[in-house]
Amino acid sequence: MADEPLVLGIETSCDETGVGIVRGTTLLADAIASSVDEHARFGGVVPEVASRAHLEAMVPTIERALKEAGVSARDLDGISVTAGPGLAGALLVGVSAAKAYAYALGKPLYGVNHLASHICVDQLEHGKLPEPTMALLVSGGHSSLLLSSDITSDVRPMGATIDDAAGEAFDKIARVLNLGFPGGPVIDRYAKEGDPNAIAFPRGLTGPRDAAYDFSFSGLKTAVARWIEAKRNAGEDVPVRDVSASFQEAVVDVLTRKAVRACKDEGVDHLMIGGGVAANSRLRALAQERCEAAGIRLRVPRPKLCTDNGAMVAALGAEMVARNRAASDWDLPADSSLPVTDPHVPGKSHAPAHDHDHVHEISKDNLYS
Amino acid sequence: MLLLALDTATPAVTVALHDGATVIAESSQVDARRHGELLLPAVDRVLAEAGVKLDAVTAIVTGVGPGPYTGLRVGLMTAETFGSALGIPVHGVCTLDGLAYAAGIEGDFVVATDARRKEVYWARYADPRTRLTDPAVDRPAEIAEQVASLPAVGAGALLYPDTFTGARGPEHVSAGALAALAAERLAAGQDLEPPRPLYLRRPDAQVPKNYKVVTPK
Ligand SMILES: [Zn+2]
Repeated sequence: MADEPLVLGIETSCDETGVGIVRGTTLLADAIASSVDEHARFGGVVPEVASRAHLEAMVPTIERALKEAGVSARDLDGISVTAGPGLAGALLVGVSAAKAYAYALGKPLYGVNHLASHICVDQLEHGKLPEPTMALLVSGGHSSLLLSSDITSDVRPMGATIDDAAGEAFDKIARVLNLGFPGGPVIDRYAKEGDPNAIAFPRGLTGPRDAAYDFSFSGLKTAVARWIEAKRNAGEDVPVRDVSASFQEAVVDVLTRKAVRACKDEGVDHLMIGGGVAANSRLRALAQERCEAAGIRLRVPRPKLCTDNGAMVAALGAEMVARNRAASDWDLPADSSLPVTDPHVPGKSHAPAHDHDHVHEISKDNLYS
Repeated sequence: MLLLALDTATPAVTVALHDGATVIAESSQVDARRHGELLLPAVDRVLAEAGVKLDAVTAIVTGVGPGPYTGLRVGLMTAETFGSALGIPVHGVCTLDGLAYAAGIEGDFVVATDARRKEVYWARYADPRTRLTDPAVDRPAEIAEQVASLPAVGAGALLYPDTFTGARGPEHVSAGALAALAAERLAAGQDLEPPRPLYLRRPDAQVPKNYKVVTPK
């Protein structure tokens, strides 16, 4: 529909410079420039390297997205940008660009939440989000279970990892097995030829007294690494396929079990899965199986929309415009620890008169754990 | 000619509008921690004061540093994006050159800004328009001989009076001076620098604890 909001979204919370353009729930462009190769030799994302790369890539990526979408910047209804959470210096580059772009074009600016954007991107794949929606966000940076009744105004944290992110566990185990980087796809591949029940690896935080919706992958990571080392020390071959399958099973078993339980407990009949780990075939299969058994509809966007990108920020921006949410002010800050409960950062002049309850995410600091 | 100049390479967030002959509006605020929040409202204020809209501007002038990176990028990113959105040129000017121009000292002198970590960004000048050395980053004690007894301007000079014995103001760069210098250079048909940051230091390669893991291929 031509009268749906046309929004350009900018994402720079980590190492991807993303610029997406959407019209309502239709994806028009998804341009990405990544600095991932520049970080590889350091073993992790170096914030200053990421920030320098964002500055260089930003304008060319905006111009590429506009060309790809075949729209004129003059026709945009708004500019949205990740205001947080993420790396402070990296966020600031995107926020500066978004402000300048919106100001120069005379368009409203929407500072939005990175996590809410990961959820909202599913609208580009499967249409309007059901309300409420339960969302499981799993990547190298996040492991969160979120419940949203309105993605522009109400996102509630149900649980999150208390130590490592799920994707990080995949990378670590792949490294121990000498399978290279990134760990997710290669472990997924080996696991297909292995036995998921060969080795009983621990399921973290699944005891009766443990937090029902929180995750822990640190203990699993250590258990798998020890098991591999013991084999090597005994001079035996490490059964890479069985280890991959058993490790992967332990991760996706806990993720899907807790996500389905949260849906049941809250009476939610939809589950969306986002983040890079959503590309894992066993996670998709087991989630599908368990959702079907529980009468829950599963929605998982295509892998390119699951990893960090600008389209997800544009998708949430378009929803802000569609629902008449207040635009951000020109002094919008980049907030590295923006609470997940703030889907956007409305301008002060438009702030609601009553102060709604802020339920702060317990482990918001582990975005990059 | 209508130039919009801005600089965020020092603790000052400074914006000015220049019509080729004179500065017609200017705003400078000193707050090293809030460059990102202060810049756009300052641009808005300066344009409103002059009674013009951004699309009347014919070129953007931005300080390219050297300066502490996070703040420096705010100005550069803003300038580059304005340029792209409006389809107008973006010119870079060395931030130290702006300070030298504002200092107006005839004869040899030094400009030094605060590089933090007990270092200064600095360069030597023969007059307000002529830089003799490339901008550099050093500990004050290491350059004491090269700057001894010369007049010195900028917060870096004022911060280390033992090294910069001739320290005096101005302390921070002003976008008005940056714009005036750029206008002079443009009128003289000189090429200005591209809007690329002068970092002068390699990025700190440490990966903070709890950040996204990226392992070598
Ligand atoms: Zn993300």
